[in-house]
Amino acid sequence: MARKLLLTHIGVPGINTFDVYRQKGGYRAVEKALKTLTPDDVVEEVKKSGLRGRGGAGFPTGMKWSFLAKPEGIPRYLVCNADESEPGTFKDRYLMTHIPHALIEGMIISSYALGANTSYIYVRGEMMPQVRILERAIAEARQAGFLGKNILGTGYDLELFVQPGGGAYICGEETALLESLEGKRGNPRIKPPFPAVSGLYNCPTVVNNVESIAATVPIINEGGEEYAKIGVGRSTGTKLISASGNLNKPGVYEIELGLPVEEFIYSDEYCGGIANGKRLKAVVAGGSSVPILPANLILKTVNGEARLMSYESLSDGGFQSGTMLGSGGFIAFDEDQCIVRNTWNFTRFYHHESCGQCSPCREGTGWMEKVLHKIEHGHGSFSDIDLLVDVSKKIEGNTICPLGDAAAWPVASAIRHFRDEFEWHVTNGQEAQTRNYGLAHYADPLEPVA
Amino acid sequence: MLSVKDNEPVEFTDAMLDKFAEIVARYPEGRQKSALLPILHEVQAAYGWLSVPAMDRVAAYLNIQPIEVYEVATFYTMFFLRPQGKYTLEVCRTGPCCLVGAERIMKHIESRLGIKEGEVTADGLFSWRGVECLAACGYGPVLQIGPSYTFYENLTEESVDKLIDELKQQASVNG
Repeated sequence: MARKLLLTHIGVPGINTFDVYRQKGGYRAVEKALKTLTPDDVVEEVKKSGLRGRGGAGFPTGMKWSFLAKPEGIPRYLVCNADESEPGTFKDRYLMTHIPHALIEGMIISSYALGANTSYIYVRGEMMPQVRILERAIAEARQAGFLGKNILGTGYDLELFVQPGGGAYICGEETALLESLEGKRGNPRIKPPFPAVSGLYNCPTVVNNVESIAATVPIINEGGEEYAKIGVGRSTGTKLISASGNLNKPGVYEIELGLPVEEFIYSDEYCGGIANGKRLKAVVAGGSSVPILPANLILKTVNGEARLMSYESLSDGGFQSGTMLGSGGFIAFDEDQCIVRNTWNFTRFYHHESCGQCSPCREGTGWMEKVLHKIEHGHGSFSDIDLLVDVSKKIEGNTICPLGDAAAWPVASAIRHFRDEFEWHVTNGQEAQTRNYGLAHYADPLEPVA
Repeated sequence: MLSVKDNEPVEFTDAMLDKFAEIVARYPEGRQKSALLPILHEVQAAYGWLSVPAMDRVAAYLNIQPIEVYEVATFYTMFFLRPQGKYTLEVCRTGPCCLVGAERIMKHIESRLGIKEGEVTADGLFSWRGVECLAACGYGPVLQIGPSYTFYENLTEESVDKLIDELKQQASVNG
């Protein structure tokens, strides 16, 4: 069995309550941090752990913390990004639903490390049940003396609040999230200044993903160096993977980074193979924004090495033949799925979610959606395929926030790897309305299940 | 649910005002605008949608301009700017859910309720719409119903029929 750090007690009845969580060793890390470590010690442990941002960007968390400005007399804030909206990603919902105290405990440790006395958990508005769960967990922790004034008699004060969003993907971008938390439209800010210098209410602020914050609990319990021994290379620790699509056992899995992709898809410990005995056609490995890869390239790199679930291995080959670990939103497509239709669907999503601030994104996502709709419905031409590539290139890198890139990459990668399927939609427009293109040459190298 | 028509003036109940005050206390002095989204959720939960007079009252309560409320209410897709059915079925229409049949479920809801996306049934009970990824991709197809945002997972045509029947019954019992 693989080692678990976040979901260790997931099956324990009542683990969502303070009492059971505490019985299972919960809040030991808070005691250790507040009573035996200085805030700088905590930052140092997180640095040593090699923990990288689990929301998608993969930036080292300890380094992000060390950028926080600390001017005298100005409050600092920690804001947890629980605006989980990246298609294919549902790990944070899972963690908050089943083990809410893991997030609360992580928030206390992280707030202490950063010197924040007021912290917010920004939860996407649709997760109202999770808002209630977290509010109850906060009340329990406060009752037990882990929140409020003079926590555990150490003199450290912390207030923790839950803020619901309003159903906007863009608010997962940290500066849009801060705008939203200030009661405004979720328009990303121009950087610099970075939130570490001027964030919430123009004060120094750190924004971290739910899973990153929860990971500070095992890091403090076991020590940063121990945590760093798990995983492979610069991909340390464990990662929650959200598995969806045509799999026998979709769901949330905690893996040790470095697990072979093939094992993750086919072993019974994880996804248990492709549903209905079908064959694997393609995978989006890190949430809808990362490049889609055909089966052969997700299982092996172009050099023939087994592809691993790690930041480095998934991006091996760059965007020519690789992808990204991203948020860990692992979407599997079986042989019956249509890549053109899915690309159109994703692009409609980005068009819908573009905040409208930057022209390349606002207009470009709409163009791409319309052109893809045309191709998918049998009215496309060959030049439309080139037009899509052209538009995607003109969005990429030309916007304030990464939503533009996130919209461009799925289109560019789908055409890069599945151009034959787009062309077939052009040449066989009528036929494409009644059947899908199928597997073609990018089939997985494994034998089909009988 | 309290009923409110288009241009009807709105007075918030004492219970709502207590809740608003509790929300405003979460933020530093002078940052009460941060309470806007949580308060709009409370207002929508009470009335089912956000009328202009309701938004104006929120603006007055938070001591901000009405436009600051409108621009937020129109930006975030969870807020309804028109009356909806008593139950609004919001079906995830994004990629992963479509891989496991979300489009079929939406077609089924459309024909079962006899209304197009965004419309309200004649009895005022139901409306439905497709929404973007609800972060439940492993349990698709999924739908949610506000204001509690209860989740229904692994939908089939049969489970949708059953849900609609149950909601109808619930409505007839509660009046």
